[in-house]
Amino acid sequence: MSCNSDQPDMNRREFLGKSVLAATATVVAPGVMLTVANASEEGASSAVRWGMLIDTNKCADGCTACVDACNKENGIDLMQRPAGQADEMWNAQRPQWVRKVKLRDKQTGEISNLPMMCQHCEHPPCVDVCPTGASFKRADGIVMVDRHTCIGCRYCMMACPYKARSFIHQDVAEQLTGTPRGKGCVESCNLCVGRIDAGNSTTACQDACNKDGHQAILFGDLKNPESAIAKALKAESSHQIRADLELNTGVRYTNI
Amino acid sequence: MIKTQYRELYCSSPRYWGGLASLAFIILLGLGAAFHMEHNGHFVTGMSNQIVWGLPHVFAIFLIVAASGALNVASIGSVFGGPMYKPLGRFSGLLAIGLLAGGLVVLLLDLGRPDRLIVAMTTYNFKSIFAWNIILYTGFFTIVGLYLWTMMDRKFEQYKRPVGFAAFFWRIALTTGTGSIFGFLVAREAYDAAIMAPMFIIMSFSYGLAFFIITLIAAYWWAGRTIGDLRLAKLKNLLGVFVGAVLYFAMVYHLTNLYVTQHHGVERFILLDGGIYTNMFWIGQVLIGGVIPLFLLYSPAFTTSRFAISVASLLVLIGGFFQVYVIVIGGQAYPMNLFPGKEVLSSSFYDGVVANYTPTTAEALLGIAGIAISMTLVAVGSRMLRVLPESLEDPAEGECA
Ligand code: SF4
Ligand code: SF4
Repeated sequence: MSCNSDQPDMNRREFLGKSVLAATATVVAPGVMLTVANASEEGASSAVRWGMLIDTNKCADGCTACVDACNKENGIDLMQRPAGQADEMWNAQRPQWVRKVKLRDKQTGEISNLPMMCQHCEHPPCVDVCPTGASFKRADGIVMVDRHTCIGCRYCMMACPYKARSFIHQDVAEQLTGTPRGKGCVESCNLCVGRIDAGNSTTACQDACNKDGHQAILFGDLKNPESAIAKALKAESSHQIRADLELNTGVRYTNI
Repeated sequence: MIKTQYRELYCSSPRYWGGLASLAFIILLGLGAAFHMEHNGHFVTGMSNQIVWGLPHVFAIFLIVAASGALNVASIGSVFGGPMYKPLGRFSGLLAIGLLAGGLVVLLLDLGRPDRLIVAMTTYNFKSIFAWNIILYTGFFTIVGLYLWTMMDRKFEQYKRPVGFAAFFWRIALTTGTGSIFGFLVAREAYDAAIMAPMFIIMSFSYGLAFFIITLIAAYWWAGRTIGDLRLAKLKNLLGVFVGAVLYFAMVYHLTNLYVTQHHGVERFILLDGGIYTNMFWIGQVLIGGVIPLFLLYSPAFTTSRFAISVASLLVLIGGFFQVYVIVIGGQAYPMNLFPGKEVLSSSFYDGVVANYTPTTAEALLGIAGIAISMTLVAVGSRMLRVLPESLEDPAEGECA
């Protein structure tokens, strides 16, 4: 084996110096340009806190009106299944902002149905863990993702106790202007933020549920004692799902 | 005491160039795989909204954890003193940098938007442990780089100890930070344990040293230089201690989890009926990564066998890989318990059922390329810098304390 131990030493120092310089520059640069993430909260006021109350007694078995309405409202139905993708995989990879869950109580056998979506936590783990601040909570309690700063690390999905978030696994051919969407970013229910900011007082899922005559979903301002939702919450006992985590969710459920 | 002479790994042998060429080929394959994933989107992987971190994360976390452990040899040498470890310090620093870089490349290329690296580097949410990790990683490069410098440049020798101490603490922080990524996922039962961070530290010791031993033996074989038996025996015994400690921590982790009633489900899953995860735990982590290496390291039949030491180190790495796999993927596959006391009859999004995950070739290629990147950096680095002593023959009688 030929090992030349007489390598000339000429360029070693120069090389060393340059590489250290370059390395230092890469490391220091981010610190110099460091800016603290600021969530854009145009117009959202902390005088309100948007939330939802879901009456599981009224939620009908087999009904998917809210899911369908959400898919339409947010352009989720425009997403195409990639060619050749198996059912189960597509189901695990397509966005599901809201899903229907059917439960049976292990003790009593009681059956309940409910829609499950982002719970709009007051202390959202998804916001705490997001490295860039893309996952943020508005002053009015709506938790959402800034599509322009999300790097697609999916840490928020790991942190969300409710599996409420969806990663976009493929190219987006068609989308609605109100709900920008992009491959490689994360999204979730935003309580129809576009409608609310435009002055509407209901969400798409609530409208659909009412239209079908179930009235299981009530959306409104939790902080306004005169609002229907605040009154309903005062009148009957409601639950937070995984209340033990003390996230103080904005979405509450009765009769589970 | 004879002064240690360091010299670049200068070989024109086909061994070196052939090795580099095959590493480059593996890296190219990995980059191709990453492009395939980014171009099509993650639907071409086995990852989903259920298993959000897949095989690339297993590789990345494995390498990052090993990186901080690889620095151990340098720490022992210059912080705690000791003629056996001291000459190995430079190489240990280089290996640490290489492993971290390899791991970070994988992590970066698996992002949904790797093109937004600049966003990740400039926009920090200081509440996020992930953001702190970015700072810890970049800091690690700087500090270990400086540490290497102080070890290599006589002019800065007086800074060697303080910088060495800084590097030592930084790496402990780095591993704690990596472990804490899981610690913050309170809703997932498998990760809800205080022992996670110290367990990651001890894992890093073990994987890092195993990497160190393998690369050291390989480099000296490449260059046709010698390593003394005594020196290898020291490293080997240390590895044995670490492997034992990892087993011990894994045991404590599962025992404490068994103590917490709510965690019985996930424990049963990992230890008894989790299928592939149970197999990976018992066969991969415990047997391949623990029991067999311990036997190879301590059995009198193999006292000075280099082959046995290399195989043991390799098995430690394989077992460690399975361990990280069980933590990362197994922890996600086990369903979160959203509705205590209720049974899920139906859900359009797999509530209450174990999640499926079948990694694709692309994911594996990207992960393996991470290891190749680390090894390339080490190979090129030791050719350009004086990190490897001319000879690692055992110190003369009486010199080793
Ligand atoms: S439910 Fe999940 S996505 Fe929604 S705010 Fe809470 S943690 Fe975030
Ligand atoms: S995926 Fe996007 S929103 Fe979620 S934690 Fe990462 S950067 Fe934040």
